[in-house]
Amino acid sequence: MTERAHLAVVGAGPAGLAAALAAADRGVRVTLVDAAEQAGGQFYRQPARALGARRPEALHHQWRIWERLRDGVDRHITAGRITHLTDHHVWCVDRESAHDKPPSNRDQHSSQSFTVYALCGPAQEEGVAVRADAVLLAPGGYERVLPFPGWTLPGVVTAGGAQAMLKGGLVLPGRTVVVAGTGPLLLPVATGLAAAGARVAALVESADPRALLRRTHTLAAEPGKLAEGAWYAGQLLRRGVRTLARHIVVEAHGTDRLTAVTVAALGKDRRIRPGSARRIPCDTLAVGHGMLPHTDLAETLGCTLSGTDGTAVRVDDEQRTDVPGVWAAGETTGIGGAALALAEGHIAGRSIAARLYGTAPDPRSWAAAARTRTRLRAFFAALDAVYAPPAGWADRLTDDTVVCRCEEVTAGAVRTAAGSLGAGDLRTVKLLTRAGMGWCQGRMCAPAVAGLTGCPLTAGRRPFARPVPLGVLAGLPDD
Amino acid sequence: MNPLELTRARPGEAFTVTFDGRPVTALPGQTVAAALWAAGVPAWRTTRGTGRPRGVFCGIGVCFDCLVTVNDRTNQRACLVPVRPGDEIRTQEGTGRDDD
Ligand SMILES: Cc1cc2nc3c(=O)[nH]c(=O)nc-3n(C[C@H](O)[C@H](O)[C@H](O)COP(=O)(O)OP(=O)(O)OC[C@H]3O[C@@H](n4cnc5c(N)ncnc54)[C@H](O)[C@@H]3O)c2cc1C
Ligand code: FES
Repeated sequence: MTERAHLAVVGAGPAGLAAALAAADRGVRVTLVDAAEQAGGQFYRQPARALGARRPEALHHQWRIWERLRDGVDRHITAGRITHLTDHHVWCVDRESAHDKPPSNRDQHSSQSFTVYALCGPAQEEGVAVRADAVLLAPGGYERVLPFPGWTLPGVVTAGGAQAMLKGGLVLPGRTVVVAGTGPLLLPVATGLAAAGARVAALVESADPRALLRRTHTLAAEPGKLAEGAWYAGQLLRRGVRTLARHIVVEAHGTDRLTAVTVAALGKDRRIRPGSARRIPCDTLAVGHGMLPHTDLAETLGCTLSGTDGTAVRVDDEQRTDVPGVWAAGETTGIGGAALALAEGHIAGRSIAARLYGTAPDPRSWAAAARTRTRLRAFFAALDAVYAPPAGWADRLTDDTVVCRCEEVTAGAVRTAAGSLGAGDLRTVKLLTRAGMGWCQGRMCAPAVAGLTGCPLTAGRRPFARPVPLGVLAGLPDD
Repeated sequence: MNPLELTRARPGEAFTVTFDGRPVTALPGQTVAAALWAAGVPAWRTTRGTGRPRGVFCGIGVCFDCLVTVNDRTNQRACLVPVRPGDEIRTQEGTGRDDD
């Protein structure tokens, strides 16, 4: 082998960075491809350079880990072992099967050849192709938001989106914010917005924190995570943010933009307690109901999905997917936060390096990371059970509530499709109503349509991970 | 306190762009969406079916709710596109194409 083995990493968040670092440390040549202007992903999202932030850490948690990661990757970039392609949106990864190629002395995982297709340039109309011997998919996830009356009003944003705009652009969505929904992400979002000067009128969490106590065994195994939660809770208290647990936002009000939300308390049966509704004036609602993994690229490659509802990429102990030469790490394999993404990325990078050089990796060499991975997966499985969206959310959607934001399909139309028209799966609902057919390809509405109709939430089977200009497709070489 | 103070930012020189013809101040490095948010503008698109206003929703390029017209180029995701001096940003109606 004269040329160094070449790994393409899609995604420069905690998972992709940890993998790139581990692989490059072991001599692999790495091309890191990411849509963002700078490395970091969602958790370590950095302010744009031209904003000249001298204290970016003020909006961050675990800055030290980020510094170590960044410095390590920078060193490899300087040495020419890692190439970081920023502002490159990957829309497809293509595999040339092993038997198309002359036999090689490397093992099956290195006799692959992949092409990573990306779009770049300000208008994302220029095509770029990166060839590699192995691919790591680390595209992370995105937020799930379940609809409610008024959720399409300007001023209603995802909780993570508010956080991303704050960390990256140093802007606030408005002056008075309500943070609502369910899940651990609401804590850093409310804390970040309050620290940056927004008035956080309330943090509205539908789950019952007491349910956490029933899972103390799993949770206590993760003292660091518990301390993190307690730290956020302390910050919120200090800033006078009131937390309404077992409450939900029933409706967002306004004509052209948000002016208030109505919140209500949930009773023991997780249904709204009569007479508990009250109105909170605000110009922003940052809302989220957990996260979903990005799986498009993995699906096009033929990787099997698994997870609780079949929406995450399935990996083995080495973070290998079931497609030879393709690894996956981070939220794409299941939602579990930055520390889990780091551990998975580290394991993947070591496994890739060994496999590319034709040796069997020694799992003992990543035992610490594997233990972290086991603990954090169990921890997040326990959290998942506690932070499930409240029962009855679908019943509360009025028939005229928009469910598919892109195609403006209402809950009434979806109910009709599943009811009198007899649709039994998401695809049929889509064909009958256009829900999921718009720009976002069902990424936003699929969980809601599934919940409304009782159809299982299946992966989207999108042909491309990004919209691709026809000129780029036409310009591809034939083979 | 605001986010710029909190992070002790020293942005490059502010510049002017227009939103539907009126001047808006923007900072280098910001996206079109961030500049509009900072100017207190929450919406810059109307939907194809019912003409309802929309702005940022996901903030990370996934939902396509933030589509906008920049320098006559339609369907740009405001949350991803960097703002440049002199940009003419316009509210996008419907598909942004004449055929609508
Ligand atoms: C908007 C948002 C905000 C969040 N904020 C927080 C927070 O404040 N605190 C917290 O604890 N957790 C937060 N999270 C959760 C966070 O995602 C995880 O904790 C962690 O970042 C996961 O790491 P990862 O490496 O798996 O993915 P990510 O960090 O999501 O990194 C994925 C990277 O892949 C890139 N990418 C994705 N698809 C493509 C493609 N097709 N082409 C090119 N590049 C691509 C993205 O640009 C991104 O840089 C947030 C999540 C989201 C969606
Ligand atoms: S806000 Fe979702 S794509 Fe821009």
